[in-house]
Amino acid sequence: MATASIAIVETPLVNYALRRGDDALILGHRLSEWCGHAPMLEEDMALANMGLDLIGQARELYSYAAQAEGAANTEDTLAYLRDVRQYRNLLLVEQPNGDFARTMLRQLFYSAFADPYWRAMMGSSDPTLAAIAAKSEKESAYHLRHASEWVIRLGDGTEESHRRAQTAIDELWAFTGELFHVDDGDAALIKDGIAIDPERLRGVWSETIATVLSRATLQRPNSDWMQQGGRAGHHSEHLGHLLSELQSLQRSFPGATW
Amino acid sequence: MVSAAVDLDALRQRAWAAAATVVDPEIPVLTIADLGVLRDVTVKDSHVEVAITPTYSGCPAMNMIALEIELALAREGIAGAKITTVLSPAWTTDWMSDDGRRKLKDYGIAPPVSGGGRRALFGEQQVACPQCGSIATTVLSEFGSTSCKALWRCLDCREPFDYFKCH
Repeated sequence: MATASIAIVETPLVNYALRRGDDALILGHRLSEWCGHAPMLEEDMALANMGLDLIGQARELYSYAAQAEGAANTEDTLAYLRDVRQYRNLLLVEQPNGDFARTMLRQLFYSAFADPYWRAMMGSSDPTLAAIAAKSEKESAYHLRHASEWVIRLGDGTEESHRRAQTAIDELWAFTGELFHVDDGDAALIKDGIAIDPERLRGVWSETIATVLSRATLQRPNSDWMQQGGRAGHHSEHLGHLLSELQSLQRSFPGATW
Repeated sequence: MVSAAVDLDALRQRAWAAAATVVDPEIPVLTIADLGVLRDVTVKDSHVEVAITPTYSGCPAMNMIALEIELALAREGIAGAKITTVLSPAWTTDWMSDDGRRKLKDYGIAPPVSGGGRRALFGEQQVACPQCGSIATTVLSEFGSTSCKALWRCLDCREPFDYFKCH
């Protein structure tokens, strides 16, 4: 017997916190999948560590979403009892790990955005979001440095590592446009100084990516056609499989605790 | 009224002293007071509230630290204390006491070196080996056995060691 999904009372602030929380949880879960499988022990530890940072960020954001919603939901029900269509994460973060190069490129695209994003959010007029941002910004700085160094090593490494890194870029590029997505609810929060306009970060994001790819001897794709839908709950087929694993315990044994 | 206020202050001090004995489960030579994780102890209507702050968002030691504080207070006869987590201002290694830094080094963990560029790629940082003091050291892994540590190696004495990352 499975547990039914919860309903969410959506407001711009609830959606905002959920979207950022979903990004962090789904990417954190993806990184946790590397545990025991990374190319070497140091990377096994690094990926698990970063996954833990992200899941910690997700917990703070979910707790705040639950508080803002003011219903009976908690960080746990938000993580374990929402269905695919209720998840609002970026399509980028749900993409499968693939090989190590693909995981590092996904990390680079996300962290190069998250790092300046959290730094800017430290100035949010919402004290809880500003506090979460201040915590997350310290962590994202490490994540960005880690991913940048690996992309440079792989791109500027062997023929094989270069080929794999370039393939990862070509396959993931279409998911990067969604980083800058804003809807009407977000626009209202941006106007009130609660959220920041991601468009402000497009320059710094492009610059970081250009610098790292250039040092890595890798090419930015020519196509700027971008896939989107995650923010509205329209996901790729991968998220359902991920959630079935992430949620299986709570769905099968409702309320189970350690 | 005066004596009631004195009693409350004495209770607060007793509670702080008890909470300050709790050690980090990952680094048992450091107390949460040394680390700066223990932020505040307040008494409201004779109920004790202890505020702690996480080092890293996902630090798994936080639940255990909260439980240990409750137990330490209970041993002092202070029951029903409330443990809250505060996020702001964000924890920084600058809050680590000098005593804490010395204890870390004696335990074999290099204390945080401030000023290292967090965003510089392939950045060079100078971390002294906690075993032999040599500065001929090299990073093995940015991410170590816990979120707060990196793994380093001394090129002189050849010993690997943990470095408490500057945060």
